[in-house]
Amino acid sequence: MKLRKAVTLIGMLLIFTLLLAACNEEDGGESGSNETSSGDAKSVKFMHLWPEGSSAQHYKIVNEIIADFEAENDDITIDLEVLSNEQYKDKITVLSTSNELPDVGMTWAAGYMEPFVNGNMFASVDDVVESDLSDSFVEGTLDGFAIDDTTYGLPLELNISTVFYNKSIFEEHGLEEPETMEELNEIVKTLNDNGVNPIALGNRDAWTGSMWYMYLADRLGGDEDVLSEAINREKSFEDPVLIQAAEEVQSLIDADAFVQGFNGLADEEAKSMFMSEQAAMYLIATWDLPNFTTNEDVPQEFRDSVGYFQFPTVDGSGDVNNYVGGPGVGLFVAENSDVKEEAKAFASYFLQQWGEKAVTEVGVIPATKVDAESLDLPEMYVDVLNDLNAATNITLYADVQMSPSAAQVHLDMIQALFGGEVTPEDFAKTHEDTLSQE
Amino acid sequence: MNIVNKVMSNKWIITLYTLPALLLIIVLIVVPLILSGYFGLMNWDGIGAMEFIGLDNYIVALQDTKFWQSAMHSFLLALFSALSLIAYLAVALILASKIKGANLFRKIYLIPMLLSSVAIAQLWIKVYNPSNGMLNSILMTLGVNNPPAWLADPNIVLYAIFVPIIWQYAGFYILIYYAALKNIPDSLIEAAKIDGATPLQIALKIKIPLIMNVFKVTIVLAIVGSLKYFDLIYVMTGGGPNGASEVMASYMYKLAFSSYDFGYGSAIGFLLLIITLIVTVIVRKVTATKEEIEY
Repeated sequence: MKLRKAVTLIGMLLIFTLLLAACNEEDGGESGSNETSSGDAKSVKFMHLWPEGSSAQHYKIVNEIIADFEAENDDITIDLEVLSNEQYKDKITVLSTSNELPDVGMTWAAGYMEPFVNGNMFASVDDVVESDLSDSFVEGTLDGFAIDDTTYGLPLELNISTVFYNKSIFEEHGLEEPETMEELNEIVKTLNDNGVNPIALGNRDAWTGSMWYMYLADRLGGDEDVLSEAINREKSFEDPVLIQAAEEVQSLIDADAFVQGFNGLADEEAKSMFMSEQAAMYLIATWDLPNFTTNEDVPQEFRDSVGYFQFPTVDGSGDVNNYVGGPGVGLFVAENSDVKEEAKAFASYFLQQWGEKAVTEVGVIPATKVDAESLDLPEMYVDVLNDLNAATNITLYADVQMSPSAAQVHLDMIQALFGGEVTPEDFAKTHEDTLSQE
Repeated sequence: MNIVNKVMSNKWIITLYTLPALLLIIVLIVVPLILSGYFGLMNWDGIGAMEFIGLDNYIVALQDTKFWQSAMHSFLLALFSALSLIAYLAVALILASKIKGANLFRKIYLIPMLLSSVAIAQLWIKVYNPSNGMLNSILMTLGVNNPPAWLADPNIVLYAIFVPIIWQYAGFYILIYYAALKNIPDSLIEAAKIDGATPLQIALKIKIPLIMNVFKVTIVLAIVGSLKYFDLIYVMTGGGPNGASEVMASYMYKLAFSSYDFGYGSAIGFLLLIITLIVTVIVRKVTATKEEIEY
């Protein structure tokens, strides 16, 4: 008995020592890298949100760009930190309150970056745009990152959302791409009658449901972008169009258009339902294109069976060439960075390298112009690029347009609307009250 | 022994020995508490300049239906956690009564405690998945046609999350009760047996009264722990849908980190502290007894 105890004790001690040793090693490694950076080389701290696990292609390309940049600039090293999306948001918030933002990092457009800009956290990148990147951005993408005519972010991605659908499910039930809401409703009915989930939706994240609402509002508004006008206070949110859009949402709910329990599902869960062919349709932005085209981890058979259609017109109104979308993340340079010049040089280099690599290797649409014709691209990708060129208007995601606190109200109300907890009138009124208070 | 007494009665020595812990508590707990109370007086987005607005945040919070709704949810969780202690006690009583395999069961009950909250949350998200989840699959094979969408239905979601929370802490409380029960001298139980007491009588009249002090401590632990609970709710629903599973801590988090309203979030955090403090005092008062049972 004594012996056994002794053995256990020694075993425990061993494990602890190993743990301690492991910790020590990490410390040692870090201080080592600090030493090199405090020498001749300047170290630029860079944070991004594409971890290897969930965004392998992005991750790889970022590392390539960093390696190239370091090779060209001997005196600059890039100190990298990678976090996943939500953790990244949290960490950036905390870092900014203690004034310790990385020298270069990622931000979202418009409302999201407003507090940072007001708090004087982001440096103006107008000089970078003018000197290195003039004329390289797709029309309008820079606008989302500009406040009072000063640009604070360099957009990397441009996304539009479309309805992706499973061609083999559609064929099996003799369905065709809908052009009007009535046709979409018919499809929903047919699929439900045959026991197939019509639309995958993960509304726990609420911005997913928001895209459905935004599209309905856009189509019902015809030529006018009523939603954006309501958000920037040119119009009331209690506009008939916005109320009717909410009614349309509820009639979709009544028709069981979405998968069961969508309000409790995360977007990832909904996506996996669509990708495991458990649901026929899925409204998402083009950042997911790789999953439907080039991503080798997804079965070829599934990738071949994915098609997409533009959001249908509602009641004969609306332009299918209007999209909900906008620039995704962009790079910012911290205002109080000790190595601002180097940071700007890196951000500029990153943007110049990013465009073509993003198209060919990641399969996302960059915010910088790319000569698509000269590249060998998947067919769906070319279609999306063509649609993008033909786009009449791109409405920026509502939760990005609004200030963070109004966006929170919007997202909560979207969940309530989809859950049938509020009437369309109250939905509009709550928005109006919140927006008019600001 | 004498020397020890001498040393321990020296006030300087006492101060010296308690100082490190005291300093840590002041720096890591007391100062942030005061700061969050102070931030609560500000209109502050966490990044820009602060603006002093007096008690406005606190006044708004007291009229904020969402805050009271989340407080209500926290209290419900506290109630359920406290009630579940009775079940834990029952399990501990059985485990402590020398049944076969008690040792193994004790370890099995402890497993949830060894898992991180996020892992538990991911596990239960899968269990609760409305179309592919284990729970609904079982229900459907049992002939339930329309099993609920556990995490999406605002009437159910809160209780659906309580289950893993209560499951998560079972091992902890069972372990505490088990240790307390093992401390009861065998002689007392032997004597009772000789007097012809049934196992139930022994449990109710000897064992439970003897570990009452431990039980009271666990009540406080369970209630305080529930009032400030955050982890599973944040990962599983984020307080949704539309606040149906929001508790005070997740509401505070949302205000500070999603709405960038650090001033108001701090105020909510400070109110959370005050509420927890008041409840703790009340619980201690209610459960206080004068007589101490000794053996």
